[in-house]
Amino acid sequence: MIDLTVVDLSRLQFALTALYHFLFVPLTLGLGLLLAIMESVYVMTGREIWKRMTRFWGVLFGINFAMGVATGITMEFQFGTNWAYYSHYVGDIFGAPLAIEGLMAFFLESSFIGLFFFGWDRLSRLGHLMVTWLVAIGANLSALWILIANGWMQNPVGAVFNPETMRMEISSFSDVIFNPVAQAKFVHTVSAGYVTGAMFVLSVSAWYLIRGRERAFFRRSMTVAASFGLASALSVVVLGDESGYVATEHQQMKIASIESMWHTEPAPASFTVFGLPDTDTHSTDYALRVPWALGLIATRSTDERIPGITDLVDRADGRIRSGALAVDALATLRRNPDDEQARMTFEAHKEDLGYGLLLKRYTAEPSEATQAQIDKAARDLIPNVPVLFWTFRVMVGLGFFFIALFGVAFYLASRRRLERHPLFLRVALWSLPLPWIAAELGWIVAEYGRQPWAIEGILPTFLGASSVSAGQVVFSLGGFILFYTTLAIVDVYLMVRTIRRGPEGHRPPPAHGVAAAAGHA
Amino acid sequence: MFDYEVLRLIWWGLLGVLLIGFAIMDGFDLGVGMLFPFLGRNDNERRAFLETIEPVWDGNQVWFILGGGAVFAAWPPLYAVSFSGFYVAMFLVLAALILRPVGFVFRNKLPDARWRRTWDWALFVAGAVPTLVFGVAFGNLFLGVPFHFDESMRSFYTGGFFGLLTPFALLCGAVSLSMICLHGASYAALKTGEPMAGRAAGAARIAAPVFIGLFALAGFWLWAGVDGYVITGGADPAGASNPLLKSVVRAPGAWLENYGRAPVTVLFPLLAIAAAAVSALSVGRRAGVAFVASALTIAMTILTAGASLFPFLLPSSTVPTSSLTVWDASSSRTTLGIMLVAAVIFVPIVLAYTTWVFRVMRGAVTLEHVAHGGDNY
Repeated sequence: MIDLTVVDLSRLQFALTALYHFLFVPLTLGLGLLLAIMESVYVMTGREIWKRMTRFWGVLFGINFAMGVATGITMEFQFGTNWAYYSHYVGDIFGAPLAIEGLMAFFLESSFIGLFFFGWDRLSRLGHLMVTWLVAIGANLSALWILIANGWMQNPVGAVFNPETMRMEISSFSDVIFNPVAQAKFVHTVSAGYVTGAMFVLSVSAWYLIRGRERAFFRRSMTVAASFGLASALSVVVLGDESGYVATEHQQMKIASIESMWHTEPAPASFTVFGLPDTDTHSTDYALRVPWALGLIATRSTDERIPGITDLVDRADGRIRSGALAVDALATLRRNPDDEQARMTFEAHKEDLGYGLLLKRYTAEPSEATQAQIDKAARDLIPNVPVLFWTFRVMVGLGFFFIALFGVAFYLASRRRLERHPLFLRVALWSLPLPWIAAELGWIVAEYGRQPWAIEGILPTFLGASSVSAGQVVFSLGGFILFYTTLAIVDVYLMVRTIRRGPEGHRPPPAHGVAAAAGHA
Repeated sequence: MFDYEVLRLIWWGLLGVLLIGFAIMDGFDLGVGMLFPFLGRNDNERRAFLETIEPVWDGNQVWFILGGGAVFAAWPPLYAVSFSGFYVAMFLVLAALILRPVGFVFRNKLPDARWRRTWDWALFVAGAVPTLVFGVAFGNLFLGVPFHFDESMRSFYTGGFFGLLTPFALLCGAVSLSMICLHGASYAALKTGEPMAGRAAGAARIAAPVFIGLFALAGFWLWAGVDGYVITGGADPAGASNPLLKSVVRAPGAWLENYGRAPVTVLFPLLAIAAAAVSALSVGRRAGVAFVASALTIAMTILTAGASLFPFLLPSSTVPTSSLTVWDASSSRTTLGIMLVAAVIFVPIVLAYTTWVFRVMRGAVTLEHVAHGGDNY
């Protein structure tokens, strides 16, 4: 049987390391592009201040980038170390985008990041600008491939199960790449990164303007952040709506849980702005509802119905029974590949194989499951409704706040009145952590809302874990917590120190000692 | 385009290319990382050593990331079994690889001497641990690893961390350490001014004979004291990837049989030794030649291991039938084909811009430069 302690510890470790990694990724995405924009202005206008801006924000980018690289390695390893059965089961599909990410994107940003820092005196202006753009493009391409991989977990298209190898295998790579869930997630996620980058520049600049230091430098920085941030904030909300739309087709349970919609409503469904989800009575207390809104957002129609949680659970009963037959037939086929009867049964029920596997939590032989066990497995399909309900609402609320804040910033910047509003500057300063909070909540909605599946409808999370001991996972989890906490303290300390010292604190090094090379080359 | 068998062979070759790419590219900065706390006598000297690798280590490390991704995509069972089986060892490698990026960037941010010394030792550990672990892991490939599959292809690893540290495996770890030290030293000799370059050359002259001795000893041990593995039937090079269909036995001396079948492969170990000798002999006068030679040493050492093990990827010592081989541990034909197309397009592009980056950063780092420079990052 599966050791559920190992599963829970592995999930906790994955969640912590992934959320920690994503503290650094959005800033890399957003700030990288802002650096490229600032340096473009420098190359076009030839004004030194824009070069100083690129270099100052570049130092902060570098500290953050190192943390992003360091914590990203953990993510790639962890599928193998802690989710070995997952890796075997879907590696044929899931591994490809990860490998292509390395080849096409991570190589690009990592090879040129060194030249960004060390190449100022060795490259022409245009040459260095190209390097900066390649770093930014590399980071964004990297996000694309990672989200293609993640999108496939949410909506596993283009793959079939092969009984001979006991795993999912690719049937259409283009379906995997052009997976609508992956596309929507990509634009939503990079937009969130841009908002984070813009907020970082906006807040740090506000800190300087409040103190009246380096005004020309930070007024310009803030203006760039305001316009870039407004466009990004609009995009993250609008395209977030797009990812809500596509999720309804593939992850009805996730949508129903986010909305705490226990029962199917007549179309078009209303949107619950506020309420207290009650998981025992299957109801939402004190609900404040906007008629029609959810139906319109989720289905783009007035007559399509959105199924509620209890109806989805009822529907699952049949799929679990059918899946149990598939699991049984598959076991027979593994023993005797020539058993035609078993092959026919398997072919007839293989679409529900994943649902049958849900029963493995309760019985080693899904075909002999009792009604009580089937009911339990069906109820497992409900994610944590109150958590999803609230994380989603806070995230969306923050999204609208970002639009407002950057809207005001943009208005003030275009009127050249940024410095005359100390209240605005203070709000901008204290808003610094908000994009990170929104981004982390977004991942909680996406991945916690995916439970109990590792791969939606195909592989339950608990089956994906490695056959390692709980002690091993405790060791690595403890190591990560200790290690990551130390690094976080050092990282924040260096960031704050660099910011406090300001643009003048960073002394650019002189040209490399090329002359000595002659003797050795 | 290609049939399944050919694709598997190509991907076995590409696995070698990635391993060699990683060991050569990341190898020199791991090597410099191991050596610089000893070769640099003051902060400026140590900074000079570090500055030879700072602009390029990040790109180099991607060879490793890519290696992991490629094993995941092309050899999923190998990825699943080895990463979960070597759990603690993998965590140690991971910790080291996390320390490196932050170490490079954070070290020079504060002038405090204790702060810098701490990061120096962190970078030393971060260079030595992966080098040692990879060598030990290779040693365990020859010995076989205690794992098996159940009917649903779930893998079970039945050994522990300390079981990996057998004398032969530790010898392979030492081979790896000496090889990477040689490579790092020849790179440092090429890329630093005096007095650092002279000291690096001295380190290379020590590392090379140590490597040659250990490498030869490992070869002798492999012949005399390590049982190899042989497929005795049931493997279908064009069949579905199901490792449970074949039969495998252990046989003394089996790891050397491939050299009899394809005598040209004997050149791999011979060239590894010869290249190490050339590297040591040329390092004082022609550092460029010494660096190419140490890179060749690495390539030939990995090819030696690959030629011995073929077609095994990961033999199982407890249930030999569960062993992973080139014929039964790959991803599907479609995935291998797609990944091949991606590799054919992007590997040359990567090599092209990597070359350009090294060209831009050409020249040696001198003390004079370091003394006037600030924190680059």
